[in-house]
Amino acid sequence: MRIARRDERPKRPDAIKPGAVLAHVGGCLPIMNRSQNAIVQFDNVGLRYGTGKEVLGDLSFTLYPGSFYFLTGASGAGKTSLLRLLYLAQRPSRGMIRMFGTDVITLPRARLPSFRRRLGVVFQDFRLVGHLSAFDNVALPLRVAGVADEDLQKPVSEMLDWVGLTDRADARPATLSGGEQQRVAIARAVIGRPDMLIADEPTGNVDPEMAVKLLRLFEALNRLGTTVVVATHDLHLLKKVPESLIMRLDKGRLTDPTGALRYPPRRDVGAV
Amino acid sequence: MNARVGSLATALSRRFAFPSGERGQQLLPQARLGGPMPWVIAIMIMLTTVAAAGGLALSNVAGAARGAVSGAVTVQIVNASIPARNRQAEAALSVLRDMPQVASAQRVPDKELEELLKPWMGDVATGDSASDPIAIPALIDVTLRGAASDKALPAIQNRLVTVAPSALVDAQSRWLQPVFAAIRSLQWLSLALIALLALAGLAAVWLAARSALGSNRETIEIIHHLGGTDAQIAGIFQRSVTLDAAIGAVVGVVLGLATVLILGQQFAELGSGMVSQGSLGWLDWLAIALVPVFGIVLAGMTARFTVMVALRRML
Repeated sequence: MRIARRDERPKRPDAIKPGAVLAHVGGCLPIMNRSQNAIVQFDNVGLRYGTGKEVLGDLSFTLYPGSFYFLTGASGAGKTSLLRLLYLAQRPSRGMIRMFGTDVITLPRARLPSFRRRLGVVFQDFRLVGHLSAFDNVALPLRVAGVADEDLQKPVSEMLDWVGLTDRADARPATLSGGEQQRVAIARAVIGRPDMLIADEPTGNVDPEMAVKLLRLFEALNRLGTTVVVATHDLHLLKKVPESLIMRLDKGRLTDPTGALRYPPRRDVGAV
Repeated sequence: MNARVGSLATALSRRFAFPSGERGQQLLPQARLGGPMPWVIAIMIMLTTVAAAGGLALSNVAGAARGAVSGAVTVQIVNASIPARNRQAEAALSVLRDMPQVASAQRVPDKELEELLKPWMGDVATGDSASDPIAIPALIDVTLRGAASDKALPAIQNRLVTVAPSALVDAQSRWLQPVFAAIRSLQWLSLALIALLALAGLAAVWLAARSALGSNRETIEIIHHLGGTDAQIAGIFQRSVTLDAAIGAVVGVVLGLATVLILGQQFAELGSGMVSQGSLGWLDWLAIALVPVFGIVLAGMTARFTVMVALRRML
């Protein structure tokens, strides 16, 4: 199967134009138009844990196929909670979430796995299975999807090669460095060719050099058509992906109504 | 980097089928014989095997005894005068042999009766050398074509009363009623034991599955995030527990059968007629062979059910 390059793919209506963030965050596009092209659509989404106060409120935004998004905000701003909603680990307390054109709030629980298989998730703490080798961790999504063992060897080896861990295929996570674990987690997240890759602070545990390398891997994946959402509080990373779009969370609310945080920043409203 | 992107493209371009097959038993760390589960199952299966064999043996004893005595009737001629007793016995025997419902009737020889009584009364009481012998009733062993029912006995009594007024008619099964009742109680006890052992086994599997769920919660969450279904995750647990149960069942049934064979040998050496009727037939051995099979299936299904119920509480 040939992967269409990014420039061969159908463009979304307002793809990567200055001020595009305004169209995404804040819900400016008509519903029909948005839902036809959106990979994810949030409308007035709120989240509270138990009877506590809302950790996320009034979130309305749209993510489009083939785009690269940074989710920024201070620690405790709600980035991880928003990502949990995105990778279907949590249902919101209110609002509407559509994913791949389907309302996932009312979706029966039994149908969630088929949606999760379209997502790749890189967790902040990697979440590798400790008693499995790097090879088996990367093979996990394929095994879950029912791919036969004899068909696993080649794609998993290629994926380990892609993240530069061929010689560490048999190593258990405990014997891998933080950067190596991170790369195993990324390989695991992308081997099933997800429509959307969600990464929570993927560079938080690695040195700056490795952080850039990992970001390049995400870019490479994005060029192959996968929507990428990277949560980070490291604003220096944003400069590394010029075409990225930025969503900023502050105390559970999406801010940046002016698009100032988009890179490069709009001069008339101030820098980051 | 370009080369890497190229290899990524190659890796991703492969079209992956998503069949419903379930894999990944190795997703759970397997303790096997190092863990308690196979041993708990082994003990349960061993005790269940012994209880089942005991219950089946008792059932055979009861069945054989009941079959042997169901149509058996004893006619006693109780008369102190030996000539009168013999006369009435002969007349009764003749009447009985003419009755259509009687399959056979024969007098128990006096010698045989004396032999039976000798251990308790000695030669003095009954033998030819006895100066004042005890009057022993004449016994007629009758086998009916049907069961010795409450209707059949009065009919025989009525026919005999004219020719043998001293005749007393008794169904042999009535004497054995307390024995049958005891055997029935033991059968119920073995059934109750099997049920209790099955319940204990279910509880053990339930606890083990819950414990495994707790200790593997993170792995389960990962599998969920990767798109694993409840059925897949439950299947992993089910296979793991089934394998543990299979190992335990083999150990348990071997120990159980060894116990049954040793006990059977010891009972056989008793030489008692009733005990020897308790030997197990091939159907009994087949039923015993099904004990570990049921144990394994029950353990696997319990694990699956437990995990499915627990997973429903997760998103």
